Amino acid sequence: MRDDDSTQKNSSETAVIDEHSGVSRRDFLKISTIAAAVPVVAGPRVVLAAGEHVPVYGPGKVPIELNVNGKVYKASLEPRVTLLDALRDSLDLTGAKRVCDKGECGACTVLLDGKPVYACAMLAIEGQGKKITTIESLLEDGKLHPIQQAFVDNDGSQCGFCTPGFVVACKALLDKNPDPTAEDIRHELSGNLCRCGTYAGIRAAVAQVARKGA
Amino acid sequence: MPDYQWPDVEHRTLIGKRISRVDSPDKVSGRARYTYDIKRPGMLFGKMLRSPYAHCKVVSIDISAAEKMPGVKAIEIVQKPGSNIHWAGDEVVAVAAVDETTAEDAIRAIKVKYQKLPHLVSDAEPPAGAGETQGPLSMDDLGDMLDNQVPENQIVAQIQQYGVSFQATEQDYKDAKEEGVPDAVLDAIRKATVHPEAAGAMKSNYQKAATQTQGDVDKAFSEADAVSEGLYGAPVITHCCMESHGSTSEWTDPDHLFVHMSTQNVSGIAGQMAEPLKIPAANVRVHQDHVGGGFGSKFGPDRWGIVTAQLSKKAGGKPVRLMLERDSELKVAGARPSAFARVKLGAKTDGTLTAWHSHSWGTGGPGGGGMPPIPYCFAVPNQHKEHTAIRNNIGPARAWRAPNHPQAAVLTMCALEDLAAKLKMDPYDFFLKNIELTKLPKVYREEFPIAAELIGWKEKWRPRGQNVSGHMARGLGLSLHTWGGRGHGSDCDLSIHPDGSVDIKMGTQDIGTGTRTCIAVVAADALGLQVDAIKLYIGDTLYPPSGGSGGSTTPGGVSSSTRRAVVDARDALFAKVAPAFNAQPDDLEAKDGSVRVKSDPSRSLSWKEACSKIGATPITCHGHNDQVASKNKPDLTNSGVGGVQMAEVEVDLDTGIAKVTKMVAVQDCGLIIDVKMAESSVLGALIMGISYSLYEEKIMDPITGRMLNPDMEFYRLAGLNDIPELKVHMMTGKGYDERGVIGLGEPPAVSPGAAISNAVANAIGVRVPFLPITPNKVLAALSQGSAQKAGA
Repeated sequence: MRDDDSTQKNSSETAVIDEHSGVSRRDFLKISTIAAAVPVVAGPRVVLAAGEHVPVYGPGKVPIELNVNGKVYKASLEPRVTLLDALRDSLDLTGAKRVCDKGECGACTVLLDGKPVYACAMLAIEGQGKKITTIESLLEDGKLHPIQQAFVDNDGSQCGFCTPGFVVACKALLDKNPDPTAEDIRHELSGNLCRCGTYAGIRAAVAQVARKGA
Repeated sequence: MPDYQWPDVEHRTLIGKRISRVDSPDKVSGRARYTYDIKRPGMLFGKMLRSPYAHCKVVSIDISAAEKMPGVKAIEIVQKPGSNIHWAGDEVVAVAAVDETTAEDAIRAIKVKYQKLPHLVSDAEPPAGAGETQGPLSMDDLGDMLDNQVPENQIVAQIQQYGVSFQATEQDYKDAKEEGVPDAVLDAIRKATVHPEAAGAMKSNYQKAATQTQGDVDKAFSEADAVSEGLYGAPVITHCCMESHGSTSEWTDPDHLFVHMSTQNVSGIAGQMAEPLKIPAANVRVHQDHVGGGFGSKFGPDRWGIVTAQLSKKAGGKPVRLMLERDSELKVAGARPSAFARVKLGAKTDGTLTAWHSHSWGTGGPGGGGMPPIPYCFAVPNQHKEHTAIRNNIGPARAWRAPNHPQAAVLTMCALEDLAAKLKMDPYDFFLKNIELTKLPKVYREEFPIAAELIGWKEKWRPRGQNVSGHMARGLGLSLHTWGGRGHGSDCDLSIHPDGSVDIKMGTQDIGTGTRTCIAVVAADALGLQVDAIKLYIGDTLYPPSGGSGGSTTPGGVSSSTRRAVVDARDALFAKVAPAFNAQPDDLEAKDGSVRVKSDPSRSLSWKEACSKIGATPITCHGHNDQVASKNKPDLTNSGVGGVQMAEVEVDLDTGIAKVTKMVAVQDCGLIIDVKMAESSVLGALIMGISYSLYEEKIMDPITGRMLNPDMEFYRLAGLNDIPELKVHMMTGKGYDERGVIGLGEPPAVSPGAAISNAVANAIGVRVPFLPITPNKVLAALSQGSAQKAGA
């Protein structure tokens, strides 16, 4: 379970304070009133806390803008909504799956400025201003990306629920390292889990693309 | 009479080849829609308030604050005040709200008072004499036994021995039969003595579930040349489906329900939902395109599935989605019963097994559970077995890939390996020496040398503890297994359209085992087409019903019904086309995308041209496979497979970390429809097997009664990094193909625990009694082993 309690509490009290900053709650509120006049992007108020500008969202729904697969999406969401839930429930991009919902299994893997991240382990508001790439963007004109084709050839999916996360993680691996060793593959894909037992097929799929690329 | 028989090897174009999974492109691209991905217009989000206590009574429920919250659309009390709760995480109140966060807030605003009751979550060895004799059985007892897959003969024996505490009505019998209670059990209930006074009596946590003796066990042990005694076991593990259980329900009108459900049993869900909702099953439509794993845990709608329909009703029919959170998925949505045993085995000097004695115990949660089928595969001539079932508060058990067999394999094959070590025999020779005690000696005899060759048994095997270099110990272990796998009842409609398109409608499901591919291969093979020419419609109660995907019954069922439909449809097409060739329908064949004259292939029409002769209405043929084998003429499916697995491990004697370094599986499953899918099933079973052998355990806190690891960090599944080189060999050709199609999902998941445990024992010289073989258990076994040596 996400610790929604604390998230909610933080946003409603705008308590983004470093305990050791020496700023009292009363002082902080004063600061925030003044700093709230400084707009950075539409939406959050920005407060000065511990010498830094900190955007404060909520409470309640706030406008959110996400750049996903090169398209700009606008939504009105509570700040506690994860990037994953925003993609799935608000943008209807359901390729990334919700499985563990706490950054353990990798089924929700998306790319954030090219790097693989767990979309369940970050808030949608944190994804603003970044380029988000999901499994849905890998198809070009209906044609499978080479890593997707390699998954088909090597039977890298059974029930398929972990597959989109794995495909995105494999893409990230191959983008960074087109000719990975077996050890690289093991290491880079250790953040994704499968229950049906497709690891043998996935390993063969990555090896197939790596060989072609080399 | 149409020729439904499977084509022989010369006449197969696709069957038995390596065909890629037909739904793979959808899965790798994220296009495949699972129940969790379904978003219906105006959909509400459901959440469940769950009991924090393992055993308690609900005293009061106050929903007034939650009801007033904006965005909350419906609240359903699942277990009223006064209800007894038997495991932590059980459902108490459900909420539907406009979004998930509002539903979560509403759940927090509900106040429930519980009266805590004493709980037991341990499945440790019952104290001596604790196994209280079972009194008359209540309806709940019987339901629990059925849910826990207690073998039919054990249930019947208990009914005969103890009687029942209830008087069943004719309606009860009718309902029970519809729910699939075996006739033998119903007969036993009819004949049982009724003890109404026993109803409602408090039951002990320990139940003597079975005592069976055959032959003269004492004499056999006294005459045995070698006797070995040991302790073995496998803990409760969970299913941990990647897609959690759940559904979305909506009332399309006041009498009709439309349900999307994550299930292994599309055709069986409507009936199970209709009864509690008091509507005809025909008014319930169930749909599912893809399911993110089931492994035996998704056959029913579950209480949370029924609740989505109830919430939807209260919300004016609006769709309500409720998917379990990960912690609930692990706590309440499926667990494999544990099994432990003290086993004593006797044999002659030459290795001939003569005697088995076991006292076993285990838990399947509140229902207790039955004795696994031990001794597994080997019918030891003299046996005495006692089993104590522990009824406790860990939550209910469900069928887990090959119910009871993996546990039975651990209890049996590990004891056999220990005895082989005592006899100073290579287990390879020892197992083969006794292979005639199995039901499939011929199959195992063929498989053993293949497996040995694949892993290099003869070169690598050393007696126990004799392959140590530095702090690394290496070892080999083996196990064998069996399973039924006969095809279930299955119906389908296959149409050939005048434009040449072909479609099949079947209310089955593809749980990742390649069911779609299997159907497409069978149809395309008979029509001389490629698999992508077959359009499949599955996963809906609008289509002809097909059995649930359990017990490895799906491949036999769907391939048989498809084969019958496609042969009839093809023959009907030949009848339409024959006049164009001035030939008889029997003279034609469908091959390579054409319909042509067998004796003169130059007289040929393309598939499309041939289909244009059909006329305006398509040819539609119904295919049926009966679940009663004798009703199928010819019978295209079969039962009874054998497999052998061997594992190689490396154990770090300093840290206790055990790793599987290689594993091989040799498996028979009759006629293989698609070798690629079959191999994937076996590879998956090996990987799942490595996972449960080394990492998985549902760990309960004795103080709070809650599961301590209900997430995917501490409920550890094997990762890609944990998986070594795997080799799979499928038995095909003469002696296998002609048996017909047999299911494969379960059998290869049976042996890994035993094979890996045996390899670890071979490496380190002592037995690690229980799975999972974690470093602490390895170190404990090592220190106990050296203590015993020092004492000796």
